[in-house]
Amino acid sequence: MSELIVRRAGLVLVQDAGRPGQAAIGVGRSGAADRASYDLGNRLVGNAPGAAALEVVMGGLEVEATATVWVCVTGAPAPLDVHGRGEPPGVVLALRAGQRLRLGVPATGLRSYLAVRGGINTPPVLGSRSRDTLAGLGCAPLSENVTLPVGSAVETDISVEGFPTPAPAGDPVLRVVRGPRDDWVIDPDRLVTTTWTVSQDSDRVGVRLSGGGLEHAEPGRQLPSEGAVRGAIQVPPSGEPVVFGPDHPVTGGYPVVGVVVDEDTDRLAQLRPGETVGFRWVRG
Amino acid sequence: MTVLSYGDRALLVELGSTEAVIELAALVSGEAEVAGLVEDVVPGARTLLLVAGAGVSVDRLRAALSELGEAPSRLGVSAARRRSSAGRRAGWGAGASSANRREVAPSSPAAGGREVVVPVAYDGADLDVVARLTGLSVEEVVAAHTGTSWRVAFGGFAPGFAYLVGGDPRLQVPRRDTPRTAVPAGSVGLAGEFSGVYPRESPGGWQLIGRTDEVMWDVDREPPALLAPGATVRFVEA
Repeated sequence: MSELIVRRAGLVLVQDAGRPGQAAIGVGRSGAADRASYDLGNRLVGNAPGAAALEVVMGGLEVEATATVWVCVTGAPAPLDVHGRGEPPGVVLALRAGQRLRLGVPATGLRSYLAVRGGINTPPVLGSRSRDTLAGLGCAPLSENVTLPVGSAVETDISVEGFPTPAPAGDPVLRVVRGPRDDWVIDPDRLVTTTWTVSQDSDRVGVRLSGGGLEHAEPGRQLPSEGAVRGAIQVPPSGEPVVFGPDHPVTGGYPVVGVVVDEDTDRLAQLRPGETVGFRWVRG
Repeated sequence: MTVLSYGDRALLVELGSTEAVIELAALVSGEAEVAGLVEDVVPGARTLLLVAGAGVSVDRLRAALSELGEAPSRLGVSAARRRSSAGRRAGWGAGASSANRREVAPSSPAAGGREVVVPVAYDGADLDVVARLTGLSVEEVVAAHTGTSWRVAFGGFAPGFAYLVGGDPRLQVPRRDTPRTAVPAGSVGLAGEFSGVYPRESPGGWQLIGRTDEVMWDVDREPPALLAPGATVRFVEA
């Protein structure tokens, strides 16, 4: 059984496709933040869909293999080297016994995915290996010298050698459907006319935005808790929106004025603190 | 029932009461046509969120839901049964009974129609505050909390945290002005129309009236949540 030994870890989490269908007991879906990049990595190494990978924020990962494993880096294009030799992202690479793979800080984007042929085989919790940072489920954030078993979640041969990983383009404008509580703010259109800046306080629970305010129509009015989805844009009394990420609370008590189109939440997951983002209305 | 858009993957159904939410959740989970279209059913205090399954469009979900809403015999019978069976624990309608005949996901709202007895030591830090706010004596607060059956309406806040409804209306108290940074696991609290038990130590703003040794959440248990939506809860003095 091959293993990966973590030699250095910044903010690194084990993630898979998450835990759907358990919201009623207070457990959210969680799962990879940029699902398209995560899925692409699994496809390139021939994994079954849903195999667990490593989600790496702003690089800083170094892993060593105990036996040959095939790996691939997707998502934010972090510079990487294997045993000191530079390699491109989006290419399936062999990591031989004793060799180390290092991920540097990506020039663009936020989250890189290290897909491993066979998947990361940490113990599943409620059907998923994902770390839910809000609920505290799944394998704890990785630290130095943690050993990760590699599983056998393989579906096909490694069918392609590489794939150009699309670098996130600048100035994202995400599609938003009007939310169920858009009448709780005086001018919901300010959501799409404002250029928002991603706050430092953003994480997998939510991306906080600053740059303007969405004024509540009736300050102090309380909304009874209601279910939320990834991409929901909540407006707390401060008026600064929070866009829910994969580890969002299952129910929330602030009005949702818009919901980012599901596909576009992957792009949201690649925004760095300090970057700007805009929205445009679309029909649901 | 009003159906609102909630992005391109979900619908939010507005209902008049938490009871109606519980009922529709059971109905949805019990109707194979609709249950097969949804990935998640999330009850709230006055709303039910339906998240479309992979490859299912929200338009299709909306159509299925509207057919469900247009079935007055089902919803009507369900409401009538609930009224006629007031006080009967199992009486929550056609939705629950049809759900029981079918395979439902373990955490689906219809799955937990059992009664759970929770022994409580009524010595919470806010017991005197609750007595003052309600105009009841401490003994009367305890009697009111143990005197009615509660029902799990929905989860949220933390895994295993259940919002319980159906309590004595005299027990409705506001949240604390300043939330505690650490509420011990097992604390039993009140807020608005709800009661709840903290599954683990966490921050919290509810008025604490007691504590239980019951384990509310254990991922190694099946099901992990002691209190799943639909379950009935009776508090007793430990």
